[in-house]
Amino acid sequence: MNILEIDQLSLSFGGVKALEDVSLRVPKDTITTIIGPNGAGKTSLFNCISGFYKPQQGRITYQGKPLDGLRPPKRAGLGLARTFQNIALFRGMTVLDNIKLGAHVHMKTGLLGSLVYFGRARREEMAVREEVERRIIDFLEIDHIRRQPVANLPYGLQKRVELARALAMKPEVLMLDEPVAGMNREEKEDMARFILDIREEWGITILMVEHDMGMVMDISDHIAVLNFGKVIAEGDPGTVQKNPDVIKAYLGNSDIESLRRKLNPNREAA
Amino acid sequence: MRIGDAKQTYVADEAIWTTSTQKFWFSILLLGLLIFPLLANSYLLYLGCLVGIAVISTTGLNILTGFTGLISLGQAGFMGVGAYTVAWLSTNTGLPFPITLLLAGLMAAAVGFLVGLPSLRVKGLYLAIATLAASVFLHFIFAEWESVTGGMEGLSLEPAHLFGVTFRSDFAMYFLIVPLAVLAVLAARNLFRTRIGRAFIAIRDRDISAEILGIPLLRYKLMSFALSSFYAGVAGGLFAYFYRVVTPESFPLTMSIFYLAAVIVGGMGNLLGGILGAAFMTLVPEALKLLTAALTPFFPNAPVFMSPMLEIIFGALIVGFLIFEPHGLAEIWRRVRRFFHLWPFRS
Ligand SMILES: Nc1ncnc2c1ncn2[C@@H]1O[C@H](COP(=O)(O)OP(=O)(O)OP(=O)(O)O)[C@@H](O)[C@H]1O
Ligand SMILES: [Mg+2]
Repeated sequence: MNILEIDQLSLSFGGVKALEDVSLRVPKDTITTIIGPNGAGKTSLFNCISGFYKPQQGRITYQGKPLDGLRPPKRAGLGLARTFQNIALFRGMTVLDNIKLGAHVHMKTGLLGSLVYFGRARREEMAVREEVERRIIDFLEIDHIRRQPVANLPYGLQKRVELARALAMKPEVLMLDEPVAGMNREEKEDMARFILDIREEWGITILMVEHDMGMVMDISDHIAVLNFGKVIAEGDPGTVQKNPDVIKAYLGNSDIESLRRKLNPNREAA
Repeated sequence: MRIGDAKQTYVADEAIWTTSTQKFWFSILLLGLLIFPLLANSYLLYLGCLVGIAVISTTGLNILTGFTGLISLGQAGFMGVGAYTVAWLSTNTGLPFPITLLLAGLMAAAVGFLVGLPSLRVKGLYLAIATLAASVFLHFIFAEWESVTGGMEGLSLEPAHLFGVTFRSDFAMYFLIVPLAVLAVLAARNLFRTRIGRAFIAIRDRDISAEILGIPLLRYKLMSFALSSFYAGVAGGLFAYFYRVVTPESFPLTMSIFYLAAVIVGGMGNLLGGILGAAFMTLVPEALKLLTAALTPFFPNAPVFMSPMLEIIFGALIVGFLIFEPHGLAEIWRRVRRFFHLWPFRS
């Protein structure tokens, strides 16, 4: 069963066609990865799914229902969580507060309860704190930084906190935009392990954009290749790797960065 | 030197005062507030009441501007709504103060809600202009809707009362205003350790991420406007009971700027900063007046020279703050505290 289906989506900014007739299936309980050179439209596709961009054509179906016209907060409430390519944490807040914000949609305390902080409001805060500690902070091994403001943390840890915040939403589908970009090898291995565990133990479907071919080929069940806004190939890692169009897309353009990534997938990030 | 405790439970860890030192100082503060009116002369009592009212209104504006990131120049207007509500209700219905103040807050909240409507589309300076326009409009209503507001003459009212007790003197008003100010700050403190307050801060810091977490921007911005105006309405209601006369000139535009300055000088998004800012903005002009009086015996024409200077000195002080301590009085306070925490070991 497909938890998310994208049908013939087209999106353009002025003359730039960011997405053209893109169709994609995300089977439930898989790790589905979108790859493609810089500027291929991967992040734009995520933004369409989140509801930030309005595609001119096509439709997105989530759990059998169309998402058209729903604002981003509504989509979040339905179980779509994501992280951003350039980390979008609340930098002044502590790690703990950032993660608690992830639980926002599952909490009920209203304005009056918040002001009084008594009875149900207080119990709810405690329950969330307890759950965040037990299920997320321990799991992602970030106990030692829970009180620190996010702005002071190294990049790799910030990425982990952003993942923690998305997990606190208890999503059905978790969208990760370049989860290991800029990480060293050890951090990448940790992240890959977390992603696999999230799929296995939490039963969350993962939709990921990633440039690191080593990791993509290792952990993906299903891969779609985007080039100039079009899907040029789809399938399991083995099939996609051998596809001549894919090789051409990566070798045939002058994008040095993606070429280098392709040729040397396990390169440590500078 | 204070040593950190290991936190035993989440309940203790999430409490407002996590160490006994903090509890101790808070008790001392409450005790001080209780003893102050017994020792203070009438002038100091008067100032104490003014600071109390300013603290409530500044805390309200801090919720909106400091914590939610929405600039407003409407605070004086919202206070006016609260003041007129109290004045009208107490004259026409004779209701006791808990009810009139509550209604003053709710009325101001309703107006704040409407004024907040453009905030989804406009931000920053544009929002400041939109709230400024609302403020001018409210002033117009205060002056022109004579059957209700008494026009330029305004309304005068009886002192606050409850169960036959009236709050006539500044001494009595102090015991009405200061407890409410303490409650107002504590409620705000609670707000920012729960879901709604976190959502406000999230909207201020990064509204796109807030949306992705399921926080609908308009609803929360309006909530912040309404709550902030509720605080202003209660402060305005207390203002009405304190002066017992309300006119359109009681809430001039400069008053809105005064409150914005209090939030900025104190430290945006810091409740303690709001309190310090409110005290600073209320007391410094008074201190400058006292200084003038003290100089007069030595320089007989000090008043002539000083009175136009007061505003300039006051303005220069604010600008000086912004330049030398952009994080406000709260930051200075934090440094002082840090010094004492570490004291024998490092200074
Ligand atoms: N808000 C926007 N306004 C105008 N053009 C945009 C906008 N967002 C994306 N684009 C354009 O759409 C195209 C696709 O961009 P997108 O960010 O989706 O690429 P990407 O595949 O995520 O690339 P990368 O690997 O570098 O992250 C680019 O040409 C980009 O300039
Ligand atoms: Mg991208």
